[in-house]
Amino acid sequence: MDTAIHMTPKPQTPLAMNAQKFGLWLFLVSVVLLFGALTSAYIVKISETGTLGISLPSIFIVNTAIIIASSASLQLAYYFAKRDNLPALRIAMVVTGLLGGLFIWGQLEAWDALLAMNVNFVGHPAGSFIYVFTGVHVVHLVSALIFLAIMLYASFRLRIHSRKLDRMEMCVTYWHFLGGLWIYLYAFLAYYN
Amino acid sequence: MSTLDTQTAAHVEDHAHDDHHEHHDNFWTKYIFSTDHKMIGKQFLVTGIFWAIIGGALSMIFRLQLGFPDMDLEWIRPILGNWITPQGKLDPEFYLALVTMHGTIMVFFVLTAGLSGTFSNYLIPLQIGARDMASGFMNMLSYWFFFLSGVVMLVSLFIETGPASAGWWNYPPLSALPQAVSGSGAGMTMWLVAMALFIVSSLLGSINYITTVINLRTAGMTLARLPLTIWSFFLTAIIGVLSFPVLLAAALLLIFDRGFGTAFYLSEIYIGGEALPQVGGSPILYQHLFWFLGHPEVYIVLLPALGITSEVISTNSRKPIFGYRAMIGSMLGITILSFVVWAHHMFVSGMNPFLGTIFTLLTLIIAVPSAVKVFNYLATLWRGNIVFTPATLFSIGLVSLFISGGLTGIFLGNSAIDIQLHDTYFVVAHFHLVMGSASFFGLMAGVYHWFPKMFGRMMDSRLGYVHFWLTFIGVYMVFFPMHYIGIAGFPRHYYSFTNFQAFSGFSDLNAFVSAAAIFTFVAQLIFLFNFFYSMYKGRRAPQNPWNSNTLEWTTPIEPGHGNWPGAIPAVYRWPYDYSKPNADKDGFEDFIPQTVPLSETPNSNLPFEKEQMEEVKQK
Ligand code: HEM
Ligand SMILES: [Cu+2]
Repeated sequence: MDTAIHMTPKPQTPLAMNAQKFGLWLFLVSVVLLFGALTSAYIVKISETGTLGISLPSIFIVNTAIIIASSASLQLAYYFAKRDNLPALRIAMVVTGLLGGLFIWGQLEAWDALLAMNVNFVGHPAGSFIYVFTGVHVVHLVSALIFLAIMLYASFRLRIHSRKLDRMEMCVTYWHFLGGLWIYLYAFLAYYN
Repeated sequence: MSTLDTQTAAHVEDHAHDDHHEHHDNFWTKYIFSTDHKMIGKQFLVTGIFWAIIGGALSMIFRLQLGFPDMDLEWIRPILGNWITPQGKLDPEFYLALVTMHGTIMVFFVLTAGLSGTFSNYLIPLQIGARDMASGFMNMLSYWFFFLSGVVMLVSLFIETGPASAGWWNYPPLSALPQAVSGSGAGMTMWLVAMALFIVSSLLGSINYITTVINLRTAGMTLARLPLTIWSFFLTAIIGVLSFPVLLAAALLLIFDRGFGTAFYLSEIYIGGEALPQVGGSPILYQHLFWFLGHPEVYIVLLPALGITSEVISTNSRKPIFGYRAMIGSMLGITILSFVVWAHHMFVSGMNPFLGTIFTLLTLIIAVPSAVKVFNYLATLWRGNIVFTPATLFSIGLVSLFISGGLTGIFLGNSAIDIQLHDTYFVVAHFHLVMGSASFFGLMAGVYHWFPKMFGRMMDSRLGYVHFWLTFIGVYMVFFPMHYIGIAGFPRHYYSFTNFQAFSGFSDLNAFVSAAAIFTFVAQLIFLFNFFYSMYKGRRAPQNPWNSNTLEWTTPIEPGHGNWPGAIPAVYRWPYDYSKPNADKDGFEDFIPQTVPLSETPNSNLPFEKEQMEEVKQK
């Protein structure tokens, strides 16, 4: 038996990816479906009740700019990590985190603006949906902030460097994904308004 | 995600090596907070069995009510308390709670967690040749979220206003308004919390299963050499990742409607002459969202059972599975189609009837891959050298139930016929045969077949035969007569038959069904005894009791953490080389395990395998 195995060349190991990254992508798929379900529900809803006919709070534009900027700064952080420039990496991560926080604050401002327009959470279903979209998105962003904080901690413990980038890459992927998700939601709301 | 310590294969390998020298596992890390996929699988199994007993017991109570409406139920008062009225009758609202909880428990806790959770966890690493799941930690979390979900659901059974009562689908407005039925109060809130936890558990599990199957296969384990069990678990997990988030969305909006006064699902409702403030919502929206999960869910329940059956039938017919690629193709077809038929549950909901026509067509198409599978099972059995183990019997039983239940699906799939049949006992008969019983039989087949691997001991096969025959006869006695009751028009979820002149003629049949149900339930005690007794006192299992080809039988009889003490074996062939012609000239009996290289079997290699060898040599 043993000799035979030596004679037979060992078959190829199947193509494999980094399991953690692969898992993250599957998680993103499930988030896409969650929002896919919510936005389809919105389409069904307004086909029955009509839209709100309001202009969306203008702060949404500012927030969009902020979240794009945060993606850029995180990408920069990743670039620094690749160069092993740890101080710059940390600064870029802190900036990203602050921008993320600013975005969340901006979303809350948008809620205020909606309330001022008399669009409440309870009332016209199309209005309720705006709160649900932004709220559920912010919940995900909070989880990304926690992820970012863990990465920052890891960078202080020298767990991120040019040869150890996997988790950093996952963090960047998740962050960009949430940025893209917001742009989708905003465009969606603007289109169906 | 970052906190999850996903273990790479190499990492686990290290662990496996330590395990041989030192036993640093204590009770807590070994049995409770285990990250070993085998222990987690067993945790899912035992928890699933617990829930099956609860779910079954609930159905016994409502069957008593349906079959023997005049019976004095005073004797259950010690358990049910005030849900037994002073006249010794079952409270009608609690009847609704019973059917709701029975359905929820059986569909999600027993046939999703207990079936997929058990066998995906237990078999995926063993059959693809991996040390463990991609992330043992996530896997442990998946179990504990399930456990928590179960605790919440269990507690909801005992609260004063009763558990959720609006049916296992919990349609609003019934489920949204506590004024509608008392179970829609705290009970419904707990149902939603429990389901949210369950969804998290299921997503954690599914992501892990998919990642593991894609990335951790051993050398030589190409996709075309995967056992069909793995294919079925893999596709089941994909369905789960795609459909459970939608249920989460549905539940979320329902939570807002219940707790905050939004109107996603509610509109223009009058209670006691008073109008509720909510306008603009639509309950049909909930139905769409629910059934977008709900129909795929029925295949989440069924596919693993079909995968187990493929494996058991091929092994015990001592024949290669008929149409391996067709089996994969039909499972793929079912996976895709399962997402486009959901509205066949809504033909009479007020949905646009033209939409109904489209869904009728799509529903009838899904019968094709199902039929392909049935044909392949029968062709595999045909003229096989069948070894009738209890697992074989349960697998054949599954095929029988799948046929008789699938046929009635074709009736229901026609939107015109469904006007008469919807929400009657005909539907109850349909899905209990095709989903409930068939998947339960798959679960049983799996337990009897892999028990030796799980516990290192054999279950008693004579008790297994008795268990099979009593159950097989039992479920047909229970569910077959329901077709007639349903065609006669009796609606499901009704407290009593006798209140209506039209149905009083069916009280005999109902008494018969109830008696048969009790008979079947009691027969399961044989299994319970066999299971727990054999765990400790059963005959010691040999390494490969069923002369099977797959990798799990190359591990030690009781594999430790890491599964293989040495290197992970490589794979050289597909798993179904049973009774291969000329195998005897190569020194094999009627099976050639996946680990045997083609060079060792020059006489039995098929032309395409000879070509493969040539190719390898040239490289
Ligand atoms: C093969 C596995 C199948 C499973 C596990 C399954 C399961 C179920 C379940 C659970 C329900 C009940 C839903 C409820 O009202 O609560 C149901 C209803 C239904 N099934 Fe199936 N089914 C299967 C196959 C089929 C097939 C092959 C067809 C059609 C060709 C079909 C057509 C239907 C239809 C149309 C209904 C809705 C009936 C109604 O509510 O009026 N099913 N099925
Ligand atoms: Cu269906």
